[in-house]
Amino acid sequence: MLTDAHAPLAGTLVYFSTKSGNTHRFVEKLGLEARRLPIGRDEPTPHIEAPYVLITPTYGGGGAQGAVPIQVIRFLNDEHNRRLIRGVIAAGNTNFGEAYGLAGRIIAQKCQVPLLYRFELLGTDDDVARVRKGVEEFWKRQT
Amino acid sequence: MTTTQRLSRVDAVNWNRLQDDKDLEVWNRLTSNFWLPEKVPLSNDIQSWNTLTQQEKQLTIRVFTGLTLLDTIQSSVGAPVLMEDARTPHEEAVYTNIAFMESVHARSYSSIFSTLCTTRDVDDAFRWSEENPTLQAKSELILERYRSDDPLMRKVASVFLESFLFYSGFYLPMYWSSHAKLTNTADLIRLIIRDEAVHGYYIGYKFQQALNEATPERRQQVKDYAYELLLELYDNEVRYTESLYDAVGLTEDVKKFLHYNANKALMNLGFEPLFPSSVTDVDPTIMAALSPSADENHDFFSGSGSSYVIGKAVATEDDDWAF
Repeated sequence: MLTDAHAPLAGTLVYFSTKSGNTHRFVEKLGLEARRLPIGRDEPTPHIEAPYVLITPTYGGGGAQGAVPIQVIRFLNDEHNRRLIRGVIAAGNTNFGEAYGLAGRIIAQKCQVPLLYRFELLGTDDDVARVRKGVEEFWKRQT
Repeated sequence: MTTTQRLSRVDAVNWNRLQDDKDLEVWNRLTSNFWLPEKVPLSNDIQSWNTLTQQEKQLTIRVFTGLTLLDTIQSSVGAPVLMEDARTPHEEAVYTNIAFMESVHARSYSSIFSTLCTTRDVDDAFRWSEENPTLQAKSELILERYRSDDPLMRKVASVFLESFLFYSGFYLPMYWSSHAKLTNTADLIRLIIRDEAVHGYYIGYKFQQALNEATPERRQQVKDYAYELLLELYDNEVRYTESLYDAVGLTEDVKKFLHYNANKALMNLGFEPLFPSSVTDVDPTIMAALSPSADENHDFFSGSGSSYVIGKAVATEDDDWAF
């Protein structure tokens, strides 16, 4: 694909975060290149040009229905975007029991990519360190 | 001083005109999570209850009485006070749901009592709750903030109650559940735990919105007050925990659970966690009782790299989810 020729070798991060901004805060702490999906339901979904790891919150507290944010579903419903996903990281809350980080499990299963990691709310320093190191090594293994 | 603009008049609430989408999102989540204790077959725990020692029974009743007090505070003081500070009519409506569900929680403990316990043991526990200094101290620390004229600190106190103070109590049913005891009671408590997470998240979100509008000086002041209050509550919570759990040898693990949840309470307020991971390593069986998949290895990164973790089949019937 023409656009992929200009893409960096290592992949990027794509993430969604609602107005509460928990996942955004986590991604900020990672300090890695990342692209945020638009919050507005009516905004056009972006076209990604390189392999990426997706970070998404889980709409917790319920079952599978509605666990994946609609904006993330719309993004993955774009066949081109879906082809470039390499892994998923899910935010959540263990208070939601079985549904902890459920969005990650659903996406991993639907897209046949590994669920790389789960963290709660903003993520702890340990979570940030593990994901930063993990993502870097993950891309090395991919190339 | 107040950074929250109160609604000065009452207008008919129009859910088709939202100032903040989050209000509807949380309303939907809370209403779809609605439940009543009658839905849980608590009587299936009678046999299990009878295997507990008298000391274990007393501990359990006291723990649930302590939780009842917190739910009562939240229902009759906390949520109504937050309602006064609401920024949108929809936010007010969400607090009416929170207030009612806290009443359902408080009522649930009485369902457990009437199913499993003798009236005399329960009456003793309620008397204990009125006289227990550390339980009364935590109630007073929270009520003081609720009565203050600082809307930001009211939300801080509310999030600490929802996301931190409950957990010295929630530990015990998770412990029993991990030992295959009182498993139906644990199912009911998990419903409460789920609700409290949404409450803490939402109140914390509204707190952060108001805090963002404050001056940098005021923001720093509120942050200092918040950490101060957390430490004050924590010191008291440690004493409360010791007084309950020393006799059964669980205090140290309950404290780890307190640290873990204190961090989550701070994060709900948008603040960084305080306790390092060396003191938040809760017994994995407790974590598994809380979240059955929490013990599964989903840290792909620290694994050998060969364990290709793909989620097991999950039934999703979302129409939009058609590739």
